[in-house]
Amino acid sequence: MSIGGGKTISGAVQALTFTRRATVIGGLQASIGVLLAGRMAYISVAENERYQLLSESNRVNLTLVPPRRGWLIDRNGKPIANNKTDFRVDLIPDRMQDKDKTVATLARLLSLDQEEIDRINKELEQATSFQPVQVATGLDWESFAAVSVRLPDLPGVSPRQGFSRFYPTGAAVGHLVGYVGIASAEDYKENPDPILVTPGYKIGKDGLEKTFEDRLQGKPGAKRVEVTARGKIVRELDSRPDIPGKAMQMTLDIDLQEYAARRLGPESGSVVVMDCKTGDILAMTSMPSFDPNSFSDGIGQTEYGMLRDDDHVPLRDKSLKGLFPPGSTIKPMVSLALLRGGIDPEETVSCPGGLRVGNRFFNCHSTHGTVNMKRANAQSCDTYFYKMALRIGYDAIALMARELGLGAKYDLPVASQSYGTVPDTQWIKKRHDREWENFDTVNSAIGQGFFLSNPLQLCVMAARMASGRNLEAKLLLEQDRPAASPLDISPEHLSFVREAMSEVVNGAGTARRARLPLDNIKLGGKTGTAQVVSLKYGRGGRDVPWKFRDHGLFVCFAPVENPRYAASVVIQHGGGSSSAYPVARDVMTFLYDREKAMKKLVAMEESWGGTISERMDRQLAAYRAQKELEKAIAEGRVAPPQTEANGEDSAAEVGQ
Amino acid sequence: MNDFIPAPIAQLPWKTILLLLVMAGFGFVVLYSAAGGSVTPWAGLHMVRFMVFLGMAIVFSRLKENFWKAIAFPVYIVVVIMLLGVELIGAVGGGSQRWLNLGFIRIQPSELMKPAIILAVARFYDLLPAGQIRTWGAIWPLLMLLAFPCALILLQPDLGTTITVLAGAMTVAFLAGLPMRLFIGGAAAIAVITPIAFFFGLEDYQQRRVTTFLNPENDPLGAGYHISQSKIAIGSGGIFGKGFLNGTQSHLDYLPEGHTDFVFATMAEEWGLMGGVAVLFGFFLLFRWGLGVAMRAKTRFSQLAAAGLSTTIFFYVAINLMMVMGLAPVVGIPLPFLSHGGSSMMTIMICIGILMAIDRHPGRRGGTFG
Repeated sequence: MSIGGGKTISGAVQALTFTRRATVIGGLQASIGVLLAGRMAYISVAENERYQLLSESNRVNLTLVPPRRGWLIDRNGKPIANNKTDFRVDLIPDRMQDKDKTVATLARLLSLDQEEIDRINKELEQATSFQPVQVATGLDWESFAAVSVRLPDLPGVSPRQGFSRFYPTGAAVGHLVGYVGIASAEDYKENPDPILVTPGYKIGKDGLEKTFEDRLQGKPGAKRVEVTARGKIVRELDSRPDIPGKAMQMTLDIDLQEYAARRLGPESGSVVVMDCKTGDILAMTSMPSFDPNSFSDGIGQTEYGMLRDDDHVPLRDKSLKGLFPPGSTIKPMVSLALLRGGIDPEETVSCPGGLRVGNRFFNCHSTHGTVNMKRANAQSCDTYFYKMALRIGYDAIALMARELGLGAKYDLPVASQSYGTVPDTQWIKKRHDREWENFDTVNSAIGQGFFLSNPLQLCVMAARMASGRNLEAKLLLEQDRPAASPLDISPEHLSFVREAMSEVVNGAGTARRARLPLDNIKLGGKTGTAQVVSLKYGRGGRDVPWKFRDHGLFVCFAPVENPRYAASVVIQHGGGSSSAYPVARDVMTFLYDREKAMKKLVAMEESWGGTISERMDRQLAAYRAQKELEKAIAEGRVAPPQTEANGEDSAAEVGQ
Repeated sequence: MNDFIPAPIAQLPWKTILLLLVMAGFGFVVLYSAAGGSVTPWAGLHMVRFMVFLGMAIVFSRLKENFWKAIAFPVYIVVVIMLLGVELIGAVGGGSQRWLNLGFIRIQPSELMKPAIILAVARFYDLLPAGQIRTWGAIWPLLMLLAFPCALILLQPDLGTTITVLAGAMTVAFLAGLPMRLFIGGAAAIAVITPIAFFFGLEDYQQRRVTTFLNPENDPLGAGYHISQSKIAIGSGGIFGKGFLNGTQSHLDYLPEGHTDFVFATMAEEWGLMGGVAVLFGFFLLFRWGLGVAMRAKTRFSQLAAAGLSTTIFFYVAINLMMVMGLAPVVGIPLPFLSHGGSSMMTIMICIGILMAIDRHPGRRGGTFG
């Protein structure tokens, strides 16, 4: 069978064929050789630059070094927020290979609890590739080293030695200072700076940390290192140190701030203290609060849940965003308006326990008999103010209120302020589309009705009355500030009112227990009790459920003769002003005699169950146990308790 | 030759040995650098192996043509049995299996098949009467000779070696004088079958290698990683290279398999285009010698065997270099004399040894045909 077309092939022909075909093969081989040489020349000469670049970017890894954040210091140079050296471990989701295994290994090495593992897994799921996920911070050297030596088996794990934000006074500065945190995906989209996604880099998320972000953040350092394909650093090529952020000096006295926070104890409330000479805010605290250290480290689910569920709203800054009816604390202010309106302070009013206006009877909290202006302030007689306010009209009072800083938004480096309402005839038209009525005057004259203020405003009001100057609240300490201009109020009127406020504490007044336990220094003040619900629940004292209790307020200044400090205290649902003025008394005492004030506080804290952090830890443990139990009941592992818990009781428990 | 040198030594093909020594020596230098400036673990072993296999090749060079003719088929059968053995052990052990552990040495029978198939096919066309070269009788035995080893190696699975074995045999058949139209038709058939084979015949990982080769930048961290990093190594070397021991791609582990399949990239990064051209020139001298041996050979078996063996080495070089330069998919074929690896070096030195034997005993014209 032939396939070759019948040609006869001899050995000689075959030899010839071989030679010819071998030459062909040699030629083919040579041309492949030329092709290879050409290809190589193309890659290494024509494309040399490109590949050199790629090779360099393989070899060299530019790591940014997060800058140390500028400190926040108080007026005496004590740290409000500083940085502590920190060993931390982060995950770079992009570079991870076996996520579950890596997380499991880390959990073992760092003994993370289940909640932490859940958080990490959740964040890993949500994180876009470039965002680092924090595993743990504040590690000791041993755990840090344990992770570091296993790096080759843990791709995507980034252990670092860096700095983390530290707030020495913890919860005491929570609302004011805010906290720092990892930049969000939105932040990065807005400003795609690689430093934002560098592990350990935090930006201010709230409060002063957020407002002063630009000045506090500093300039990142950089390190160029040679790395292997597996991410092992071979050597450092060069580095540029970071430039730490600028320190910012605040007007606060951090010791006073902490004292005030601690003194509030288990109550929900606010203390604001101002310097009457300059307007410097010496303390502005709102409790209960959150520990900014927890937030800055990435807060746990449970802890956040506890803060969110607490009816004492630890997440809201009551000093700036809590609005309360100022109640009787505005009576000295109203008195100033009356004096300017031509009312003779010696004119008396008879208080039979209230006043009939139109067809409604407005109660006074007591039957005061014959009262003049001074006695009306000392005894906080509502009837006097009902009557006198009706005589001069409310707009004159509203004008005075604004002059003293109520209803105003201050120029402060804070994220937001709620500035409340100073009602008047125009406001009611605009807001409620009706005419101002006499009962509005009556209600507003004693700081009820539409009147709403935040605790800082009440403090500014007290400070302006005490100093007679148009003080502006300040948080940022400035050295040479011009003195505030005097108020457009007669000095005689002011001294009369200060005298009346001294009477409240030192004479026959409503806050005699607020007298300072000091020689030579007298406190002047005014109590206030703001109703929360109508009187059918009783007077809103301590015998009704917490959320129906009256707010307790107190504004004050000291010393009476030459005012130096002004303060306001608001206790939410404190059950009346008696909850507020002891706090004011002790905070004021602290300014003059720290030892005496501390002694008192330590004794009180013992009865409350420890310091703020001890109580918060206990609360967290209780909350966690409670959640565990609820979960167990929901999953049917545990039988529900026999007697159903009273909702109000359990609400009160959380507040303890 | 000098009288002081004994005749047996003077008769050795010194030019060829020198060329091999230079190339393996360069391999030593490159592997020394690949290990970060260390003789261990690769460079030293590489040189020891080379010297051992060079000794083996010199021994082979003393053996005459008749010996190689005589063992051509028996060796082929033994290697097929070894391939079968690998398959059976693999079936028992599970997974892909290429090694046969004989206790004292681990052999890769698919490597041995490369010279074995050349000898067998050469011997077949040597035996085939000249008049039958254009008949079916010249084709079906070739197909039979190829069928067993190719099927067994494909089963391993080892596409690269299968192609080398197939190509070696085809080269011998081509040189033996099978009608040209078969090869042209075959090439056309391959052009048609390739896409079909790609989609239905290749394993998933083989398919990925091919698609990656076509566009390595698509998946620079996955399957395209090898090719991308290899090209970066070669490209960043430039004309004169980064200098001995200064390669970063290899030393920082970016280049995978920098001491075996991608040794050329390791070399090129440090020695640049100059080093690459030198290596190509070395191979050029080797293949010129190899084909020269075939041309000078006087008997048909010698001619076919020499050309086939030379071409087998050529396939190693060509496929490997095309692979590292991104002209061919990653198929796992080492570069002769430079790559670290015992099995392939043994195969290449067997080919060299037989080539030296044919060079030494070109035979007498017509001796076999008579």
